[in-house]
Amino acid sequence: MIGYAPLLAQLGGTTGIVEYLTVFVLAAFVGIEVVSKVPSILHTPLMSGSNAIHGIVLVGALTIMGEAHGTAQLILGFLAVFLATLNVVGGFVVTDRMLEMFKAKPNERAPARKSDAEDDPKETA
Amino acid sequence: MTTAVSLPLATVRDLVYLVAVAGFILALKGLGSPRFARRGNQLGALAALAAVAITFTLPALRHSGRNLVLALIAMVLGTVVAVPVARMVKMTAMPQLVAIFNGVGGGAAALVSITELLHLHALGDKPAVYVTAEVLLGVLIGSVSFAGSAIAFIKLQELITGRPITYPGQQAINAVVAAAAVALIVVALVTGDLAPVYVLLGLALVLGVALVLPIGGADVPVLISLLNSCTGLAVAASGFVLDNNLLIVAGTLVGASGIILTRLMSSAMGRSLPNILFSAFGAVITATGGEKGDASRSVRTGTAEDVGVLLAYARKVVIIPGYGLAVAQAQHVVRELADALAARGVDVFFAIHPVAGRMPGHMNVLLAEANVPYDDLKEMDEANAEMSTADVALVVGANDTVNPAAKTTPGSPIYGMPIIDADEAANIIFLKRSMRPGFAGIDNELLYDPKTTLLFGDAKDTLQKLVAAVKEA
Repeated sequence: MIGYAPLLAQLGGTTGIVEYLTVFVLAAFVGIEVVSKVPSILHTPLMSGSNAIHGIVLVGALTIMGEAHGTAQLILGFLAVFLATLNVVGGFVVTDRMLEMFKAKPNERAPARKSDAEDDPKETA
Repeated sequence: MTTAVSLPLATVRDLVYLVAVAGFILALKGLGSPRFARRGNQLGALAALAAVAITFTLPALRHSGRNLVLALIAMVLGTVVAVPVARMVKMTAMPQLVAIFNGVGGGAAALVSITELLHLHALGDKPAVYVTAEVLLGVLIGSVSFAGSAIAFIKLQELITGRPITYPGQQAINAVVAAAAVALIVVALVTGDLAPVYVLLGLALVLGVALVLPIGGADVPVLISLLNSCTGLAVAASGFVLDNNLLIVAGTLVGASGIILTRLMSSAMGRSLPNILFSAFGAVITATGGEKGDASRSVRTGTAEDVGVLLAYARKVVIIPGYGLAVAQAQHVVRELADALAARGVDVFFAIHPVAGRMPGHMNVLLAEANVPYDDLKEMDEANAEMSTADVALVVGANDTVNPAAKTTPGSPIYGMPIIDADEAANIIFLKRSMRPGFAGIDNELLYDPKTTLLFGDAKDTLQKLVAAVKEA
């Protein structure tokens, strides 16, 4: 009750939050639209691939790491970067490995091992 | 902080983020089509790489040597752990791996939100109420996803039973925990203090565990898809906290597509999403039905030698693989059997149910790994069309996906689920570990069918005996 009026006042006072909400709603529609028709054999790779995409939280983890002050923030930031890296790197690699085995037709194998180039630069980036 | 030099750099950074967002949308689009799936995933990886690389131009990160070094160490550590694990892990363990990668993502999102809140508090000014709200949402959803995925991992890894874990008053306790979480959110919003946020973090972890414990094996893949969607939303929430459009869009894309994917998966199992959600979040309606009275009915068991002869002299054999095949790691032996039969001129193919294995599409991955040619895998409808002309339907570790109750028993939990019509084949061979019912926990009439022969034992051992028997026949 006490926080309600200030909340509204703040919402009214910030254009930023409304812009972000707009982006949020539009992105939700895109997300729904993009995967509306997927054959069942691709459900697992799609789940795994979208799992890798939310690993981009690494960008957020790096951002907080940049501005972290004090031991607590540094430890939490370090953990966040570590976990997010596991998510994004592991997610893309495992999805690639899964999809590598899907042969569209028996004699039409996609050239393998392309993904290695994408993993390694992250260590040095 | 923003100097004349770094201003254009900030714009460049935002533009790279925008390109990455477009890359993610195309990646998701590609992942939905068999032809472009792999390229889609690679595009997503490239987009992520570009976004992460440009993030190092952040002035705060660039100019703080210690923080930069720590960030790099954490990334190297993460990569060093993730790549070998992702490359080495057995294909059968794929669902667990997806669960754990999803969980750490949720954990990272919760940590990002909470650390930003700490940072704002340390700066001395109380953050705006809506910022606190964003943080609370991020912490709540991210932690539930983290803890839930951890339990899903433990269940799939069979460190604890895959069956639903229930205890008296479970629903009531969950409701109390959820209500306490809501109350804490209100307190934190009103006071703006940090203490309730920590307590919320703890409660959210408990909630994640409590929500997943009562969910049985068959629903776990759908659950992981749902938790995947949750992590997406937690990432979006941390994007709100950090004013970062990339995180908002990428997180929301995954959150929204995850919901749709969850629905697609549940409809492949012949169930509606509300039904999945309802039974997933508490009611264990499917777990215990109909194990009664089995002992009084007779089944016919056979020997591997007899069945080997039957297979060897059949014209058409349909192999119906299921969860048990994955558990027994028998996909290579089953291919040997198929090869041995094909060598004798038997027309043999695999009938793949959409939810065979532990996740939708999982069986295709497992058999592809064992080098079963793609042409030999037939989807359910195509396989059913040929079933009535098959001499033998060989059911390896499948149960619910061939259970006629899905068509004949309106009260059955799996009623309405499309099944493979193994009962239409002239002979049915079941390779089973025991008379234990399948995931859905319901009895299978097909086991008592006069056309059915049962071979008890580990699927891998039995298949090896069958290969030997076929070769000798």
